[in-house]
Amino acid sequence: MKPASFDYLRPATVADALAALAAGGDDARVIAGGQSLMPMLNMRLVQPRLLIDLSRLEELRTLKADSGWLSVGAAVTQAELLSRPTLRDEVPLLAAALPWVGHFQTRNRGTVCGSVAHADPSAEMPLCLVATGGAVVLRNAKRRRTVAAADFFVGPLTTVKAADEIVESVRFPLAAAGSGHAFREVSMRHGDFAITACAATVDGTQASLAVGGVADRPTLRSWPLVGGALLSDLDAALNAFAWDLGGDDDQHATARYRRDLVRRIGRTVLEEALSCRR
Amino acid sequence: MPPLKSAATPVASVLAADARHTVTVVLNGTPRTGQAHPRLLLSDFLRHELGAHGTRVGCEHGVCGACTVRIDGVAQRACLTLAVQADGRRIDTVEGLSQSNQGPTEGRMTALQEAFRRHHALQCGFCTAGILMSLSDYLGRNPKPTEEELRDMLSGHLCRCTGYAGIVRAVMDVTGQAAACDTRSGEAAHV
Repeated sequence: MKPASFDYLRPATVADALAALAAGGDDARVIAGGQSLMPMLNMRLVQPRLLIDLSRLEELRTLKADSGWLSVGAAVTQAELLSRPTLRDEVPLLAAALPWVGHFQTRNRGTVCGSVAHADPSAEMPLCLVATGGAVVLRNAKRRRTVAAADFFVGPLTTVKAADEIVESVRFPLAAAGSGHAFREVSMRHGDFAITACAATVDGTQASLAVGGVADRPTLRSWPLVGGALLSDLDAALNAFAWDLGGDDDQHATARYRRDLVRRIGRTVLEEALSCRR
Repeated sequence: MPPLKSAATPVASVLAADARHTVTVVLNGTPRTGQAHPRLLLSDFLRHELGAHGTRVGCEHGVCGACTVRIDGVAQRACLTLAVQADGRRIDTVEGLSQSNQGPTEGRMTALQEAFRRHHALQCGFCTAGILMSLSDYLGRNPKPTEEELRDMLSGHLCRCTGYAGIVRAVMDVTGQAAACDTRSGEAAHV
């Protein structure tokens, strides 16, 4: 399994990368960590003519908390984010979910933005972005635009990102005082793709559940808190959500099993998030 | 060790697909140069261009962990890295572990390798190089992992011989966390 031939560019600046991407059109692809793209290249599922390497661009190696957001640049690896000492206070959901992203060895190279750009429906980083109400900063040679996570993902491996744009950074809102968060997933083995992953967030007024691995993209639903507690008919609400997600049977699990996971893990993470409010 | 010059000067022009390009790495402390088409994987560059055959090639899509090497000290998949991406980087492979003992102990295995031998942490040995390179990074960051943490890290490697029990025992021993084991059977000694 070897990649088909391609030209390789290691640009000196982001502007150089974007100019090359604009000129290359659909035949050009950017690579950062490559932990999703390299397997696809090796299996020749994608065969770009030009590969543009963002991984050494210092401009994209930005990781900062500012104005209510944690901003993660395109060259920041999952391991670098996980090792940030303040992450548990800033975005506790990420601290809970990042250990489930691939393995130690792939987190050392894979990037947060790359995972978001790849948009696997079962991936943890897109799920966290949707669960927290984050945003994606897209940039091409002419302009920069910010897209809400809820509008970014379109379907399996499909986003609103145009061919001439890169995901320059992703932004997660800093956890508010009084909010709670919880994450769980079920997979065949630890590190495998999630059969179902659930991320819950609870604030003063509502409880939200985001589910990955069932629908064609991470999907969020929110319910009001009633007297500071979860809905009394939460089981019915979760059941309706599970059916609305419309999962399919595949080689890993049946749609029915996935609906059951949404009902059971969904309740568990919502209760956990409510009980760990800070 | 300071980075090589090529790491500090990004390539301004495109490396053409049909040409071989000079790639220089510091392999186990020694600068080494080879030629690579852009599509050449680091795993193949190490084995076929530099003759460092200790790194194994398994699944070639990042799952099995056999090709794991350290790039600038950090354990990563060589099969998910292009040789041209490694230009100017420090690459450490299993060959470098024993060489790192200079002086009278030169050529000896590291304590981790010795523990693998004592505890039968390998059988066919195909996965071993990758596991050792992961551990040499991981134990630097987490010197006394719990068994649960260790098994989580090992989930990034497939071993079809040992069932991981010997690997876990070897690491617990070398990190000073295990009861003394009988070196022949791998059983915990009677206390």
